[in-house]
Amino acid sequence: MNWLEWGFFGVLTILVIGGGLAVVLNRNLFHSALWLIVSLFGVAGLFVMLSAPFLAAVQVLVYIGAIVILIIFAIMLTRRMMGISEAPNSQWTLGLAAAALTFLVIAMTLVLASNGANPLIPREPLTQIGGESLRDLGVALVDLNQYVLPFLLASVLLEAAMVGAIVLARGEE
Amino acid sequence: MVDSLVNLGWNRDVAFFVASLLGAVVLASFGLVWIIFAIWLERKLAGRIQDRIGPNRAGPYGLFQTFADLFKLITKEDITPAGADRHIYNIAPIMVVASIVLIFAVIPFSATWVGADLNIGVLYFIAVGSLATLAIMLAGWGSNNKYALLGAFRVIAALISYEVPMILSVAVPVLLAGTMSMQGIVHGQSIAYIFVAPVSAFIFFVSQLAEAGRSPFDLIEAESEIIAGYNIEYSGMKFGMFMASEFIHAFVISLLTVILFLGGWQFLGAGHPGSELFGFIVVMGKAMLVYFVVILIRSTTPRIRIDHMMAFNWKFLVPLALVNLIVVAFCARIFVPDYAAAQAVADGGGLGAFLAGMFGVGFIAELPRAALCLVANIGLWVVASRLLRQYSDQERDRVRQLIQERRDQRGQTAPAAAGR
Repeated sequence: MNWLEWGFFGVLTILVIGGGLAVVLNRNLFHSALWLIVSLFGVAGLFVMLSAPFLAAVQVLVYIGAIVILIIFAIMLTRRMMGISEAPNSQWTLGLAAAALTFLVIAMTLVLASNGANPLIPREPLTQIGGESLRDLGVALVDLNQYVLPFLLASVLLEAAMVGAIVLARGEE
Repeated sequence: MVDSLVNLGWNRDVAFFVASLLGAVVLASFGLVWIIFAIWLERKLAGRIQDRIGPNRAGPYGLFQTFADLFKLITKEDITPAGADRHIYNIAPIMVVASIVLIFAVIPFSATWVGADLNIGVLYFIAVGSLATLAIMLAGWGSNNKYALLGAFRVIAALISYEVPMILSVAVPVLLAGTMSMQGIVHGQSIAYIFVAPVSAFIFFVSQLAEAGRSPFDLIEAESEIIAGYNIEYSGMKFGMFMASEFIHAFVISLLTVILFLGGWQFLGAGHPGSELFGFIVVMGKAMLVYFVVILIRSTTPRIRIDHMMAFNWKFLVPLALVNLIVVAFCARIFVPDYAAAQAVADGGGLGAFLAGMFGVGFIAELPRAALCLVANIGLWVVASRLLRQYSDQERDRVRQLIQERRDQRGQTAPAAAGR
């Protein structure tokens, strides 16, 4: 990494971690949802730095464009969710411990899997982002030896969820 | 440009950074400055279409009207409503404009003039466009006004719904070109995709009109019927930014239609490397044509009611887009373009050589697939319009019957009122 990439990495890290902290520490639920966007945007930037622009675009499209909007809708449609002045969760120490443990496990896995190499440094330079990785991704999803089964299972799950949503929304007729 | 800066003794990274920054500034400014002209053009044309003169006071042909409006907006008092969520309220107009201007980054103006030829260009413009939805939510919420919030809900419901057929129709050029890069899609259009898949072009254009909030889908800002909507509390230049973003969006949808369906900078085989300026003129010329259609639609069609808008989307556009995608995917699989055979035909002389000279070898290679897709598309359109006709006839009969029943009821309960 040269200094430019370090600079971008620093900014993105601040976005991700600062945004995440702001989500947790903010008392205004709506503002929390907005800070979540900042954090997710930083993650999208990290994907770009790791030569995965497809994931970055999907991150923006799905997480920011759809999921956060959904969260905001849920906040707005819930009564008395706004203007909470005291901390609503008394078990935050437990949550903190769980989050720290998860982070440790993920970090350990990453460090162990990378065989001593720095996992944050992309293996190929940023200038060589090709279309091939995207093609590989597509092929992997339909290849019998790779991820076709998880892919199909996820599709069936989503299908079931959609049918369930329609059944619930229809009510009694 | 990077090289010339390095020759001046700059660090390579600094030079790259500065060059990229300058490119981004130039590209964004182009979009923002072009809009000054586009607003004048739109008002002038709309005036002509509606048998008015249009702006004609400020400058020759009223060319400076937009500047006058700009100064008026800037000098107006900037009001922030009491109880507004100040930061959110202020950041929303910036986000709206940014989400539109960011799309310029992936639009190829000629074979080499492109901000960034991402291999996920199509996904990029869809993702960036979805930020506008968020900005509108912020505007509606930040204003601390229930009408603004309701307006924002209405807009978001429409935008999210119309994203579905839009993405499904964009999948067709991606599928035909075999790439998501905007430049790649233009390269694939030896035959413009509007001739290969006219139904997707139609769906794309209509859903983009809805995304941009253009007439006939401009109930987003129906000032007279339902007070404007999410931007009601904004004044001065912040309101101006919402307006500007709408105008830029109208031009951006023309550009996107040109790139995805009208062959981009390709024009009779011209616009290839070496003739950048010509390619640029071709793109802008085609975009102005589409823009003219947008203005024509805006000045001649009435507003659609929100429930009609949603019904049209979910009951007609989405199923049509889905079936169309399947049909095109099927047809595209039957004839895969064979460039070797096309070259042989072109070398054979006669008509083949003439076509190859006129449109390039790619034209011959694409011809069988294009013809099959076109026939399938026309068939699909005939079936779809039949179904639509049948449905609308049914609906009309139902409404007529309802009105008749109401009349009968009223006649029985209050004959005096009916007689009046």
